[in-house]
Amino acid sequence: MNTIAFTTAGQELVAALDPRFGRAANFLIYDTDQKTTRIIENQQGRSAAQGAGIQAAETIVRAGVDTLVTGHCGPKAFKVLDAAGVKVFNCNAATVDEALQELLAGKLTAAENSDVEGHW
Amino acid sequence: MSKDHIRELVVLSGKGGTGKTSVTASFALLAKKAVLADCDVDAADLHLLLTPMVEQRHAFMSGHEAVIRQHDCTGCGICMDSCRFDAIRREDISYRIDPVACEGCGVCYRLCPAKAIDFPDRVCGEWMVSGTRCGPMVHAQLGVAAENSGKLVTTVREQAWAVAVDKRIPLIISDGPPGIGCPVIASLSGVSLAVVITEPTVSGLHDLQRLLALARHFSVPTAVCVNKWDINPQQTERIEAAAEAAGAAILGRIRYDRSVTQAQLQQKAVVELEAAAGDDIRVIWKQVTALL
Amino acid sequence: MAASSRNRSYRIAVASGKGGTGKTTVALNLAAMFGEPVQLADCDVEEPNVNLFLRCDQLEATEVTMLVPEVDQQRCNGCGACGELCQFRGIVAIGTRALVFPELCHGCGGCALVCPTGAITERAHPIGTISVGQSGAIRLIEGRLEVGVSLVPPVIRAVRDHLLDEIPAILDAPPGTSCPVVATLRESDYLLLVTDPTPFGLHDLKLAVALARELNLACGVVVNRAGEDLVGLYGYCQSENLPVLLSLPDDRQIAEITSRGDLVARVLPEYGLMFAELAEKLKRELGTTGGTP
Repeated sequence: MNTIAFTTAGQELVAALDPRFGRAANFLIYDTDQKTTRIIENQQGRSAAQGAGIQAAETIVRAGVDTLVTGHCGPKAFKVLDAAGVKVFNCNAATVDEALQELLAGKLTAAENSDVEGHW
Repeated sequence: MSKDHIRELVVLSGKGGTGKTSVTASFALLAKKAVLADCDVDAADLHLLLTPMVEQRHAFMSGHEAVIRQHDCTGCGICMDSCRFDAIRREDISYRIDPVACEGCGVCYRLCPAKAIDFPDRVCGEWMVSGTRCGPMVHAQLGVAAENSGKLVTTVREQAWAVAVDKRIPLIISDGPPGIGCPVIASLSGVSLAVVITEPTVSGLHDLQRLLALARHFSVPTAVCVNKWDINPQQTERIEAAAEAAGAAILGRIRYDRSVTQAQLQQKAVVELEAAAGDDIRVIWKQVTALL
Repeated sequence: MAASSRNRSYRIAVASGKGGTGKTTVALNLAAMFGEPVQLADCDVEEPNVNLFLRCDQLEATEVTMLVPEVDQQRCNGCGACGELCQFRGIVAIGTRALVFPELCHGCGGCALVCPTGAITERAHPIGTISVGQSGAIRLIEGRLEVGVSLVPPVIRAVRDHLLDEIPAILDAPPGTSCPVVATLRESDYLLLVTDPTPFGLHDLKLAVALARELNLACGVVVNRAGEDLVGLYGYCQSENLPVLLSLPDDRQIAEITSRGDLVARVLPEYGLMFAELAEKLKRELGTTGGTP
C-alpha cells in the first residue's frame, strides 16, 4: 500500500470520512511511505449527470492511487477500480484518521464487490 | 448542526396530478421548521403556493452542445453523416445544428476536418434559493426541451442540505418529480421517508406499484396516502391493500375537495383555509411526524 | 408540417406541461370517437397507461434496442481515445482496457469511429419493448422502458417508427416539457394541449406553449374540469391565438368513470358527442391548414 484515497468533505486527516464515493466532495490522498497528505477535488464526480462513480474512479486512478477507503462503493465505480487494480475497503469510521488507523491495523477487509446499488 | 440530525422527507406520486404539490405545501405550513426543496424541476409549481422571494439565482449547466461556426464550415457534410440524432441539416452551402435535437455527444465536433465546430458547456436551466413564509426554499426550473437526468434535482437537494446545516433546521421537505426515472431516483436515494400521494384510479394503482418497487430497491421507507379517495372507495381499498403488501405504511386518506383549487387561487396551502381536506391533511401530517 | 409536404397521414400529439391534467383520458376518448381507423401511440414509456383502458390482450411485442459498444480486448491498445470522446461514461479507458457501461451509453457511435485499431464494434442492447395490438378501430402502439434504463428518447423514437403511414395517429405524450416530450413531438403535425383552469394548469400550459413555439408546432387546447375561469385561462388562449377545441365540464362522473378504467365517451353519450366533435375539428385543422402555425 503506497497511495491511499479517503473520501471526505474536509481537507485534513481529522475530517469526517464521507460514506459516499461517487459524489464525495474530495479525496484525501495519503502516501504511506512519505506520510504526507494531499487533496484532490472530486469535481467530475460531483458535476456528473450520470456515472459519477465512474468519474470519481477515473480521477483517483489517474492520480496513481492503489487503495480506496470509503463508506460505500457502487457497482460501476467498483468495476472501474477493479480493472485498474485499486483495492477497495468499506469502512464506517467517523474520521479519515480513524479509517487510516483501522486500515493500517489490518482491521479492514478488501471488498470483493460493490456493496450498494448505484445512485445510493 | 451535523448532518445526522437532519431528516429529509420527499413527497412523490408516480403518476402526475394526484395532488402531491398541494399536499407538500400543506406539510410545509404544518412543519414547525423546515427547508423546502422543489425537486419537480420540469414543471415546478410549489412556488405558486409558497410565493418565494428569490435571494440567489444560479445557472444550471449540464453537458455540452455542438455549434457550427458557419464561416469556417467547408460544407463537407461529414457532421451530418455521422450524427445519430438527426440534429444536423444542410443550410445553403454549410450546415446547421438544431440545439433541441443535439445530444451533446461530441462526435461531429471531433470529426470535423475543418475544426469548425465548437462544443461549449450547455445552460440547461436555473436554480434559486429563496425565502418563504414557511422557511427557506430551494427551487429550480429546467430549460425547455432540456435533458432531465436528475442532476438538477441533485443540485436542489444538495443546496437544501447546505441551507439546513447552515441555518440549523432539522427537516427538509421535498416536492418530488413524477414518474420513476432518473429524476425520481435522484430525489429518493438516501431520504428518511418517501410519502406517496396517489389517487383511486387504475393508473394510480399501476404507477404506485412501480414507484414502491423503486423505493424498495433503494431501501427507502415509504408511506402511502390516497387523495380524492371518495371518487372510488373500492379502488382506494385496493390501493391500500397493495401498499401494505409492498411494505408501505398507510397514512390515511384525503377527500375530494374543491378547496384545493381555491387554495391555489389564493396562493395558499389547503391547511391555511377552512377546508375538510385540510383537516384530513392535518391527520396525515401527524402520522408522518410519528414515522420520521 | 404542411399537408402538401407530408407524404403520410397526420399525427396529433396530446401533451400537457403538467401531469394529471387528463392527457391520457383525452387521447383515449378522442381515439375512441375518431370515426375512422386510427392509431394510438402510448409514448409515456416510463408509465404507459393507455392499455389499462383498452385492455388489449393480444399484443405483439418487439424488443427495442440501442447500439452500444463491444470491445475486442485483444485489439485494444489502451490508447484511451474512446474514453476521452465519450461524454456519458458509456465507455471508459482504464489501464490497457476499455470498459463498457451500456446503461450510460447514448448510442452516438463515436467510440467505434475514433478507435484506431478497430477494436470497437457495436451490438444491439435491449432498452425497452414495443407492443402492438388492435382494439376495435384503434391500433395501439405501446412503448415501455425497461426497468433500470435511464435513457428515454430512443424508446419513444421506436414507438414513432412503428407508426403506419396510412392511418392517422394520436400520440399520448409523457408529462412535462423535457426531452422525452420533445422526442414524442418530433414529426407531429399538431399539438393538443390539455390543461385545467387552475393556477398550476395555466402556469404549466405556458411552459408547454413555449415548447410548441420552440418546435414550430401548431397547437390547440382542451380545457379539462372547466368551470369558472378564475385564472384568465381563456383570455390567455385568445391572446396567444390558441383555439380552445373542447371544454370538458368539471363533472365528477368523468373522474369516477375514468378511475374505473372506462372511457367516458363510451359510457355517457353527451361526452361521446363532445369527443366526436373534437375529432371533426381536428380533422378540419389538419385538412385545410395542414397544421402550419
